[in-house]
Amino acid sequence: MEQVPILKIGQTLFVSIQIDLLDDSVIRLQEDLADELAATGAHGVIIDITAVEIVDSFIGRMLSTIGSISRLFDAETVIVGMRPAVAITLTELGLSLSGVRTALNAEKGLEILNGKS
Amino acid sequence: MDVAGTNTRMANYLREHQDKVIGRWSELVVTGVRGRTSLDEVRRDLADLYSLVIRVLSEADDHAAGELRAALDELSRARARDGFTPSETALGVFSLKDAVYELVADAAEMVPEYLTFSRMIDDLGLRTFEAYSAAREQIISDQSTAMMELSTPVVRLWDGVIAVPLVGMLDSARTQLVMEKLLDTLVATGADHAVIDITGVSTVDTEVAQHLLKTVSAARLLGAECTISGIRPQVAQTIVSLGIEFGDIATKATLADALALALHQAGLKVVPR
Repeated sequence: MEQVPILKIGQTLFVSIQIDLLDDSVIRLQEDLADELAATGAHGVIIDITAVEIVDSFIGRMLSTIGSISRLFDAETVIVGMRPAVAITLTELGLSLSGVRTALNAEKGLEILNGKS
Repeated sequence: MDVAGTNTRMANYLREHQDKVIGRWSELVVTGVRGRTSLDEVRRDLADLYSLVIRVLSEADDHAAGELRAALDELSRARARDGFTPSETALGVFSLKDAVYELVADAAEMVPEYLTFSRMIDDLGLRTFEAYSAAREQIISDQSTAMMELSTPVVRLWDGVIAVPLVGMLDSARTQLVMEKLLDTLVATGADHAVIDITGVSTVDTEVAQHLLKTVSAARLLGAECTISGIRPQVAQTIVSLGIEFGDIATKATLADALALALHQAGLKVVPR
């Protein structure tokens, strides 16, 4: 099981997924992120999925779940860098990722978080 | 019946009367296409075909049949591109029968040879027809590809605002293409606002609306906001009577209103100088 590193930059947690997402890795990421949010009290989470080419309904749902968990710690989640093909797949699956914000790239994602604070 | 012998005799007969047959054949073809090609041009094409037919009949070599087919295909394709009708194209081959028949009518001993020859020409005629329709299909598919590319431009209205003016009928294949192009452009330009203008869309039914909604939610997943503009009065009435819900998607009457909204959301203000 591969681990996705979580970087803390200021009041933001930054997660860049560089591997093919497997169910195990996403569950591990969700747990790690919850631990990290509790430990640091960060106000925002940016998940960069530029390198992710394939998603399924489980991963789509887990992204929403991560957003809901973060909200419990008063942190907003922004998913950045989604590829068009991934967006089309998620739409066809009927997932609209409620509970998370989306942005074109990491820079715009940071703007959203900073605009909020 | 001795098929090989019959064919050889026919080949010899055709070779003997070469000039006469080609002359008559060209005349028939030119009359058939109502003078859209010159006699010399037809003559040149037909002389090539004629010698190939003789080579096939005399079974001199194995390549002749293939060459004849290739020559016919090429001729039919050219005819299809130049806008000839299928019967005019097939006539080009069938009139060889007429030209030969006029000669054979006086020579009773050539009848069995003529019959086999006639069967061969029928096959060749069918072949031209097939090549003709294949060429037409090709033209049609090329045109629809070209139309597809023409009909889905993505234009940049402002820094960070792009627009897709949709014109004509929307079907699944086209909406898919629009969606892909829109999303690709959003990623490539880093724009965070897109306007889908449907002024030119004649009818909006539930399927088209479904496609539009999908495009908007896919753009949202990328982090871009979409506005639908150019909804005409009749279209608005249809949408309401069909019970289509656009939810929290912003809709505007004109492209100008949509641009104003995009500028407003980007924190910009247009003021008189």
